[in-house]
Amino acid sequence: MSTIVTQPAAIAQRAASPARAGAQLRRAWRRNGAGYLFLLPWLVGFFGLTLGPTLASLYLSFTRFDLLTPAQWIGLENYVYMFTLDQRFWQALKVTFTYVLWSVPLKLVVALALAMLLDKGIRAVGVYRALFYLPSLLGASVAIAVLWRQLFAREGVVNQLLAVVGYQGEAWLHHPDYALYTLVILAVWQFGSPMVIFLAGLRQIPTDLYEAASMDGASRTRQFIRITLPLLAPVIFFNLVLQTIEAFKAFTQAFIVSGGTGGPIDATLFYTLYLYQEAFANFRMGYAATLAWVLLVIIGIFTAIAFLTSKYWVYYEDSRS
Amino acid sequence: MKTLDPEALRTARAQARRQRERRELRRALVKHACLIVASFGMLYPLFWMVASSFKPESEIFSDIGLWPHQVDLSNYGEGWFALRESFTGFFTNSFVIAGLSVIGNLMACSLTAYAFARLDFRFKWFWFALMLGTLMLPYHVTLVPQYVLFLSIGWVDTILPLVVPKFLAVDAFFIFLMVQFFRGLPRELDEAARMDGCGPWRIYWRIILPLSTPVLATAAIFSFIWTWDDFLGPLIYLNNITNYTVPLALRAFVDSTGLSAWGQLFAMSTLSLLPVFVFFLFFQRLIIRGVAMSAMKR
Repeated sequence: MSTIVTQPAAIAQRAASPARAGAQLRRAWRRNGAGYLFLLPWLVGFFGLTLGPTLASLYLSFTRFDLLTPAQWIGLENYVYMFTLDQRFWQALKVTFTYVLWSVPLKLVVALALAMLLDKGIRAVGVYRALFYLPSLLGASVAIAVLWRQLFAREGVVNQLLAVVGYQGEAWLHHPDYALYTLVILAVWQFGSPMVIFLAGLRQIPTDLYEAASMDGASRTRQFIRITLPLLAPVIFFNLVLQTIEAFKAFTQAFIVSGGTGGPIDATLFYTLYLYQEAFANFRMGYAATLAWVLLVIIGIFTAIAFLTSKYWVYYEDSRS
Repeated sequence: MKTLDPEALRTARAQARRQRERRELRRALVKHACLIVASFGMLYPLFWMVASSFKPESEIFSDIGLWPHQVDLSNYGEGWFALRESFTGFFTNSFVIAGLSVIGNLMACSLTAYAFARLDFRFKWFWFALMLGTLMLPYHVTLVPQYVLFLSIGWVDTILPLVVPKFLAVDAFFIFLMVQFFRGLPRELDEAARMDGCGPWRIYWRIILPLSTPVLATAAIFSFIWTWDDFLGPLIYLNNITNYTVPLALRAFVDSTGLSAWGQLFAMSTLSLLPVFVFFLFFQRLIIRGVAMSAMKR
């Protein structure tokens, strides 16, 4: 720039000069315009469909709102009711946590075991990988949930197979002690996608590490504990976070298997299912927003715990230097 | 000093090698046997469903075998027309919604990703961080206000609430995937194009997009499958049976026929899985690489 402007009057003058302002605007446009034009759809979506609704949801969580009459501010009443009186909220939490705590570790263990089995230079890896992955791809559909309903029905396939070994099975889906675990099995059945991710991670572990270890006489178990697990920690971490969040968000399967009720006697009342019922069956939109925000906080806490503890157990190769 | 007969040494070595090879072969065979049994067990429910869709009702529950005594196509014919509307309409609706979602996601997410990966503008990193933040956001938080919004502009019971957001790049996962890919393309191409007088739009349209077919295909496949399988969205926004998607129709099928028409239900379920399965058959590599890529590049 040729002149250095220090005087307030000069600043005013500059601002007042339309030619100058126009030039500046043009320069700003040249530097930023293209970027913001490309970003425009996302910006509209972000403000209109993500940020706006998220904040609106926070507001609604402090109101009573049934869609027909305007939202009515009731302060913390929703939250107080939720934590002190609402039995179904606690039931939904219990169901969801049980589901997460069973399905996520089981799924990851099966995924890792099969990934290890497939990793060691076996023929036709691609075929097995594809076959094991297929349920992950189809599993989210209503069709599979419908199938699950049949598999675990009283005359279903599972009981017929059990009958072969002389065991009289239950009506699993109608038994409050077992219904949830049929959904856990459905989740574990979809171990394919973490398995694929584990396989990709295992590929990146240099084989000379194993060779060196076996030269030194390290057993397979020891190699697994000392080499595989530490080097795979970032991938395990990623899978853990991803699968946990996914499990918290599970909805379709519980809805179909229980016919939308979360039954028997709320044994499969997933958190998301309860939220759906409150919002779209009982039209308690304000309370549903409260549920949504509490879920956001819970998922946030879980993610934060995972990230905060990760530095103690996740080993990133490039951070060594 | 005792010298070994070289001939004996050679035979001993060959024998040891043969033994090792035999041991390895045996181990590989055991492994393959386990894997084959495991994959069959995994896929048995699917096979069984497909097989049952060809069986008459009486045979489904009396026989857990996979081979129908006679192939019976009537489940397909009857199932197709079992509800008040035929599945022609449901499949059309599903295809329209999924197709438009694919187009929307590809356009909007690639534009956004190009801005983040290649263009320079103020507050870019601020927006980028916000975008990454939305990756973690559970959709439930926006569910109620979005519904209120779409209800107030009269979009409920149309496909608009299911499709329009895709044109506004709400699915941050695809943006993320594309940003990673675009960053890997050589910058020299942009420079050269700029020398030749190309603006950002031409660079995006003529250089970046044509070079990005793998990531675009991956994004297209996943957005198709996810939209095809989506249940909550249609459940909330589509009320009239003429607007139903296939998953909603299947649910209505379960509700209306109860436990009486499993064969027809399985026939329609099988058909509903078919598009996803076809995608899997043809793009298996892309899909699996996409899954692995989503994790490896973080």
